Amino acid sequence: MQGIKRFINQLRAKSPWLLHFDCGSCNGCDIEILACLTPVYDVERFGIIHVGNPFHADLLLTSGTVNHRNKKVLANLYSQMPSPKIVVAIGACGLSGGIFREAYNVVGGIDKVIPVDVYVPGCPPKPEAIIDGVVLGLGKLQAPQERNGERKEA
Amino acid sequence: MTETAVLILCGLIAGPVVGGLVSGLDRILTARMQSRIGPPLLQPFFDVVKLLAKEPLVVNVWQAFCAYCYIAAASIALVLFFLQSDLLLIFFVQAVGAVFLVVGALSSTSPYSQIGAHRELLQILSYEPLLVLVVVGFYLETGSFKLTDIYAWPHPMLLKLPFLFIVLGYALTIKLRKSPFDLSTCHHAHQELVKGLLTDYSGPFLALTEIGHWFEVVLMLGVCTLFWATSWIGMAVLLAVTYFLEVLVDNVTSRMNWRWMLSYVWGVGLTLSLVNLIWLHQG
Repeated sequence: MQGIKRFINQLRAKSPWLLHFDCGSCNGCDIEILACLTPVYDVERFGIIHVGNPFHADLLLTSGTVNHRNKKVLANLYSQMPSPKIVVAIGACGLSGGIFREAYNVVGGIDKVIPVDVYVPGCPPKPEAIIDGVVLGLGKLQAPQERNGERKEA
Repeated sequence: MTETAVLILCGLIAGPVVGGLVSGLDRILTARMQSRIGPPLLQPFFDVVKLLAKEPLVVNVWQAFCAYCYIAAASIALVLFFLQSDLLLIFFVQAVGAVFLVVGALSSTSPYSQIGAHRELLQILSYEPLLVLVVVGFYLETGSFKLTDIYAWPHPMLLKLPFLFIVLGYALTIKLRKSPFDLSTCHHAHQELVKGLLTDYSGPFLALTEIGHWFEVVLMLGVCTLFWATSWIGMAVLLAVTYFLEVLVDNVTSRMNWRWMLSYVWGVGLTLSLVNLIWLHQG
């Protein structure tokens, strides 16, 4: 039984389908995220597919500051993803709110709303750094006990 | 009796195994045509096992029911093919499965699911008459709807039904969800459709629809083999060439709308079928 579980966890890391959500960043991070998905990096080699649908996603890449308007959308997207799932927060704004953290409409980083598994700093981070973060997240998919993200309803 | 059981087992195993391998090969070929390396050959199996092991999130109980009905109908159609049954029966069982998939998508309120379902219905409307005409072509040539008689026919069918093979190619392209007919659901239409027909199927139920799709792909490729049933080499060459052309067409064309699909497929398909059927009737 343990062997089967380990096998399935390995397969999970071999087929991560990712969903990309921009909470309202300046688009710098999003350009770098989309750069990772171009044929130059060819992430389909690793089974990564960019899906537009939280129902099919295993990996949520988020960027930008969370504000009172979009925090519901973010929580909703997270709750629509079937477990097990990994959240990767990308860029300074996604980590802490960045230079906008003092603004009246800003809640803060992604982890104020949903549990985050991997933090990728940078303004914006390079595609290589984002791929590094995703690989770290895949490691957590393989060893689920290390995950700090629990199912949390919106 | 044992022979029947072995054939049923063969059908049930060949569907997912061959279908998954064909799908993996398809993804590698597509990647190479786009100057990429592409995923490993077994990637579709990784995806399906992962989906089966995910948490079942059900939008609507009917949707889960429809996913089970779809895979049941698709697998029964392939098993009937392996049992050398009646071609008409096989196609009607297959059509029941296709309709269940649409009903499942219609049972959810998501607009993407609804649009995908409507487009899938139009796709079914486009290819079903063509498939029936192909079967009629087989009947006019061999005098039987039974697969045993068609496989026993001494001459390659392709020489007598060349236009009907092209017509089957159109139906195959729609059935494989390839461009320019990938209207109802595809991985490349996020902005337009999210995932269309399959938007609200998730986790294990999405895996069921994927395995059901593999059963259907193997069934359609099986029907292609009927056109050169006299030798194994002929069958293999015909299948390889047909599938390569499918991938090529998928990569060099763009997604069109359903109006174009309906008028083009019916216009070309019905004309070619009629020409071929008249030729058969006269000769």
